[in-house]
Amino acid sequence: MQKSEVRSQKSEDRDQRSEIKGQVLKTGRHRNSQSEIRNLKLNGAKLSFWKIVAVFIAVVGVYSLFVRFTKGLGASTNLSDFVPWGLWIGIDFIGVGLAAAGFTIAATAHIFHNHKYESIARPAILSAYIGYMMVVALLVIDLGKPENFWHPLVMWNIHSVMFEITWCVICYSTILTIEFAPVVLEKYKFDKLLKIIKKITPAAVILGVLFSTLHQSSFGSLYLIVPAKVYPLWYSSFLPVHFFISCIAAGLSMIILSAYLCARAFKQGLNIRILSGLGKGVLAVLIIELVFKFVELYSTGKFSLLFAQTGETYFFWLEIFLGSVIPIWILANPKYKVNRTGLYFASIFTISGFILNRMNVCVTSLVRSSGQSYSPSFEEVGITLFLILVSVLAFKFIVENFRVFEEKVHDEVEVSKEEIETKDLIFDK
Amino acid sequence: MSEYHLDIDNQFGLLFDASECIGCGNCYEACKKENDLPATNPSRLGLAGADKDFLKDHLSDKTYTVVEEYGDIYARKMCMHCLEPACASVCPVGAFEKTELGPVLYNADKCIGCRYCMQACPHNVPRYEWGSTSPRVRKCILCYDKLKKDGITACAEACPVEATISGKLPDLITEAKRRIKENPDKYYPHIYGLEEAGGSNVIIISPVPFEQLGYSSKVPKQSMPTFTMQAMEKIPTVVSVGGIFLTGMYWLTKRKNQLAKEENGKGKG
Repeated sequence: MQKSEVRSQKSEDRDQRSEIKGQVLKTGRHRNSQSEIRNLKLNGAKLSFWKIVAVFIAVVGVYSLFVRFTKGLGASTNLSDFVPWGLWIGIDFIGVGLAAAGFTIAATAHIFHNHKYESIARPAILSAYIGYMMVVALLVIDLGKPENFWHPLVMWNIHSVMFEITWCVICYSTILTIEFAPVVLEKYKFDKLLKIIKKITPAAVILGVLFSTLHQSSFGSLYLIVPAKVYPLWYSSFLPVHFFISCIAAGLSMIILSAYLCARAFKQGLNIRILSGLGKGVLAVLIIELVFKFVELYSTGKFSLLFAQTGETYFFWLEIFLGSVIPIWILANPKYKVNRTGLYFASIFTISGFILNRMNVCVTSLVRSSGQSYSPSFEEVGITLFLILVSVLAFKFIVENFRVFEEKVHDEVEVSKEEIETKDLIFDK
Repeated sequence: MSEYHLDIDNQFGLLFDASECIGCGNCYEACKKENDLPATNPSRLGLAGADKDFLKDHLSDKTYTVVEEYGDIYARKMCMHCLEPACASVCPVGAFEKTELGPVLYNADKCIGCRYCMQACPHNVPRYEWGSTSPRVRKCILCYDKLKKDGITACAEACPVEATISGKLPDLITEAKRRIKENPDKYYPHIYGLEEAGGSNVIIISPVPFEQLGYSSKVPKQSMPTFTMQAMEKIPTVVSVGGIFLTGMYWLTKRKNQLAKEENGKGKG
C-alpha cells in the first residue's frame, strides 16, 4: 500500500521520498512542515484503504458470529468428530504465545530491575492484555456450550491440563489488569488506588511470571496424552518445554514488530538500543530451542524422519527455516542486528515460524492419525480476522488516549546513533 | 489416581468375541432401542438397499455401537470404558465419571463443550452433536441404568451366539483366556483391552491381528492420564522454585541498584 503510494509521487525526487520513509522510521522527530504534510497524505491514503478492509472484516465477522451462534459449530466450522480442534485452538496458542512479552519484559524491568527495558514494559503489557482478552473471547466462541464458560470456576478437575490452563489464564488476566491499571489510573488521577497498586506490583509481577510459565507450557502439555496421534516429529515428552521456550522468542519478536509498526502509525517509537537488546534475547532463545529440538530428535531416534518424503517433513523444515535458521542468520549478522530493518525482518520470520509451529502441532501433526485433512471454514476465518481487527483497534485506541509509550528526549549520543541507523537504511534501499 | 476405581472385582464389562460374531446386527438394534436413538441405517429408514446396510453405519451422535464387516469377520466398535479414562482425566469440569460399576458416564449439564475428550480418547470414540446449538458428547454408557437393574447390557442380551457377553470383568477375562486356551488355532493370542490404554472394561478377542479389524495397534500399554501426570506433577516444583528464585532476584537486583546509586552519590559528593 505504502509502496504504491510512494510510487504515485513519482514527480518528487528520490531524496525526498527516502526522507519520508526515514521520517516515519525516525518516530517523527526532526519534522519539517513540508514532509509533515506529505506524511499526512501518506497516512490519509493508507487509512482509507485500511478502513475499507476493516469494515469488510467487521461485516464478515458479525455475519460469521451470527451463523456460529444460531446454527451451531457444525454449520459454521469444518470441525468434525475426527478433527475436534482446528484453527481457533491454533489461534489461541498463537495469541497467548505472542503475548509472552508481557511477562518476560515485566520480569526484566520490575524483577531484575533492568531499567533499560522499563520504557517498553507498558506496550508489552498492553499487547499482552489485549492478546489475552482476544484469546478468552475466541475460547468462549469455540466452546460448544459457551453459556457454561464459568463452570471450571466451580467444577474442578485438578488432573486436567485444560482446567489448569483455564485457571492460569484467568489469574494472569487479573494480574495483567493490575499491571496495566496505572496507565488508566494516572490519567484520571486516582492517586490513592495508584499507590496501593504500585505497592502490590512486585508481587503481582512475580505471580504473573509463574502463571505464564505454567500455562504457556501447558498448551504443549495438552498434547502429551495423545502420543499415538501426534506425528513423531512434533510429539515429545518435552512438548511443554518447547512451547515455553518458543513463546519467549515469539513474544520478544512481537515487541520488536509492534515497535516498528507503532513508529510508523503513531510517531511514537522505541530506541534502537532497546530493540537490538531484544534482538539479542531472541537470538539466544532461538539457538537454544533449535539445538534442543535437534538433540532431542537425535536422542529419541527420530532423525530419519527428517529426511522422509512426507508432507509432515516439508512442513517441519519450513518451520525450522522460517522460524529458526533465517532469523538466527539475520540476528547473528553484525550489520543487521543493530539495524531497524534487520530486526524488523528477523522478528517477522521468527513470528511466522512460530505461527507455523503452533499450526503444525495442532493441525498438521494430527492429519495422518485422524485420516482427515482439515482447512478452516469461511466463518472460522471470518471470526478470527474480526477478533484480530478488534484487538488492533483496541490497541490503537489505548495508545492514542493513554500514556503507553514514553516519549523520552534522547540524549545527543543516542540521536546521532539513530541518525547513522537511518542513513544506513536509506543506503540499503 | 485413586479416584479411578482400580479395584475391578466388582466392575462390569463386555467381552466381544469376533470369531463368534455372525453379523446379525441384533446388538446394533438393541443399542438403538435401549438408548432411544433414531435409526441411521438406510434400509431401516425405508430406503432401498440390502438388509445388512447397518454394516455400513458408523459411530455418530446417533449411533453408540456399530458392527463392521472385514471379509468374513465382523467387529464391533464402541466405547471401551477404560479403567483410567483419558476423557475423564482431561475434562476441565469433570463431566466424565468412571463409576464404581465400570461404565464411564457423561454429564451434559457440566460439559462446557471444549471437546478435549474427543481429542484425547485413544480409541477415537466420543462423538459430538455438531448440528446442535447446545451440543452434547455422545457415546456408549454400557447401559448404566439397565446394568444396575439387570446386570446385563442391551447388546449382550440381544446377542444370539454369545459373541458379546456382559458380566463381572474378572469373569470376562477368565472366559476370554479360556476361549483362547481351548481353541488356540481359532484365536490370535491377544486380548485387546487388557493392557491397551492401561486396560479397559471392554475386552475383545479375535481370530486375526487386531489392526486388521480396525482396532488401533498404536494405543500405548500404559494408562493415558500418566502421560499428562509426568508434566503436571512438576507444577508444584516449578512454582516453588520459580517463586523463590524470582523473589530472590527482586531483592538482589534492587539492593544492587541501591548500592550503585549510593556509590554514585558518594562519587559526586
